Amino acid sequence: MDLTDVLIALLVVLAGFGLWLTGTALTIWGERRVVAKMQTRIGPNRVGPLGILQTLADGIKLFFKEDITPEAADKFTYYVAPMLSAVVAMLTFAVIPFGGTFEVGDREVTMQIWDPEIGLLWVLAMSSLSVYGIALGGWASGSKYPLLGGVRSSAQMISYELAMGLGLAAVFIWTGTLQVSEIVEAQSGTFFGFLPAWNIGPQIFAFVLFFVAAVAETQRPPFDLPEAEGELVAGFVTEYSGAKFAMFFLGEFMQMVTMSAVTVTVFFGGPNGPLFGLEGTLLGALLAHFYFLIKTVAFVFVFIWLRGTLPRFTYNRLMDLGWKVFLPLGLLWVMLTAAIVVAQETLAQDELLFGIGVVLAVLIALLLVSMLFERRGPEPEDEDAEPTDQSALPSAAETAREAAERRGAKQIEVDV
Amino acid sequence: MFNALRKGFGLTAKTMFRPAVTTEYPDVKRQVQPRFHGRHVLNRYPDGLEKCIGCELCAWACPADAIWVEGADNTPGARYSPGERYGAIYQINYLRCIFCGLCIEACPTRSLTMTHEYELSADRREDLIFTKDQLLAPLPEGAKPPPHTDEEVRARGITYYPGAQSQDPLATKEHSEETAAHRAMLDPALMQLSDVEYNHVERDRNIWTEYEEPQGELSDSEEGS
Repeated sequence: MDLTDVLIALLVVLAGFGLWLTGTALTIWGERRVVAKMQTRIGPNRVGPLGILQTLADGIKLFFKEDITPEAADKFTYYVAPMLSAVVAMLTFAVIPFGGTFEVGDREVTMQIWDPEIGLLWVLAMSSLSVYGIALGGWASGSKYPLLGGVRSSAQMISYELAMGLGLAAVFIWTGTLQVSEIVEAQSGTFFGFLPAWNIGPQIFAFVLFFVAAVAETQRPPFDLPEAEGELVAGFVTEYSGAKFAMFFLGEFMQMVTMSAVTVTVFFGGPNGPLFGLEGTLLGALLAHFYFLIKTVAFVFVFIWLRGTLPRFTYNRLMDLGWKVFLPLGLLWVMLTAAIVVAQETLAQDELLFGIGVVLAVLIALLLVSMLFERRGPEPEDEDAEPTDQSALPSAAETAREAAERRGAKQIEVDV
Repeated sequence: MFNALRKGFGLTAKTMFRPAVTTEYPDVKRQVQPRFHGRHVLNRYPDGLEKCIGCELCAWACPADAIWVEGADNTPGARYSPGERYGAIYQINYLRCIFCGLCIEACPTRSLTMTHEYELSADRREDLIFTKDQLLAPLPEGAKPPPHTDEEVRARGITYYPGAQSQDPLATKEHSEETAAHRAMLDPALMQLSDVEYNHVERDRNIWTEYEEPQGELSDSEEGS
């Protein structure tokens, strides 16, 4: 490894860092614009063309705001926590290939900062580290509200980390590798000659699992309970102001970009796309980079779309979804994937087809049976599952009517 | 479930392509209704004399006690308004004013009216007490700022205050010709109108005399009770 190698590595790091930083800045602006559009407003339009420099203005404003450190705060941790949140999101991006490969002289340069063999484990490790930023921030503030908020938020993030891990685990099993470059490699080519051979096809369920978990993990709406404006006066950030507060939310936006990039890499073929014979050249690498950007921006848009559409979950529903729905379903899917992979490797083709046929037959039979039961009326489990609205209110109305009759009064119409 | 998702996400996706309803306020101002109650103005006659005669009826009518008027006598050498007196001190406190419009209804000379200006804000409380020089309408074109002398005023030969009450609804042709010169002084545009139209204009100016009780709403409320 000589000086040129070091220089190339530095340039790649710079490119990645610049891309990701400008991406974050543009995401903050884009989110405000898009959400405004979804609410028939205009959004930021004062600074720069279309308000594109709004993030800069926001940043300047936040850095010049009064910075308060509470007396009771654990100073060191209090300062480190916001940085942790931001840095961790940055570190995750290191393993993402954000462009193609090209040749300079006799060297091959890949637009990826680091390609370790543990690849996606690094993603999981880093995203679990971001919990520390929140938990430590809540604890170090030296106040009860942030502490409660921090505990709540870490509980949420840990619950969804399991689902996220299971979503990725299914992909590990499917592709048989942890290394990001190999996962991307495995997604090149096509199914049936025209569909791109992305993991989203065979692993659609893992994708849904992973993406929902990623939204919860990044604390984005509809899972933005850590902010908790209503219940906890801003949760774990209650005691943070100015630049330190900005760091937490920068971290959130950075995570959004990073998670979109991870989703694209793992399920949508990363920088794969038709290169029109430009493989190995700089132009080809840029084209691949363009594909990667398009896909990532699409996912960032989905994040924003979610925010513009869905109301915030309540905490109990959030926890139910994480532990009671995603965890068992995720385990099931991992098992199923493993079974399919093992079957592919061991069985002959006709045996495999027979197996699939049996599974399909069983599924169709189950579907028919369930339809039969559905026709006979609502299942008893439905009433157990939702005792809140449908079953509770009419009975309340009935009791009111009965009480009125007992008193000999005229029958009161209760508006339900 | 999928139908609900399609509906919800479809709605926001569709809304993205609708034009924004935002009014970009400081840049673009929306037109207010014709009878909007904005900042007051103290009107003048076309020759520059003030319409305010310092009668203080506006101050008496004000439910918020926001108006302070002190009248003073006109003298032959210094005439500010037609008649005996003029408003020497005139102040409206916009910290108290509720823009109800009772003052403009009380004004017998249509001196006090309300404009469409609603941008009333200041850094200091004192700045929101508007004095006479702020409230007075600008001088009409070619007019001389008061005080005028009585000689000048007499030479013009104008009958001041042609309110709706002073107009004869059955005015003859001669009569209307007599007042035509006066009309021209008020507003050249009114010269083009016929007598009937002119009376309509005057009637519209004086909202209060032509005000009619809304019939439908009254009967509704009686039914309710």
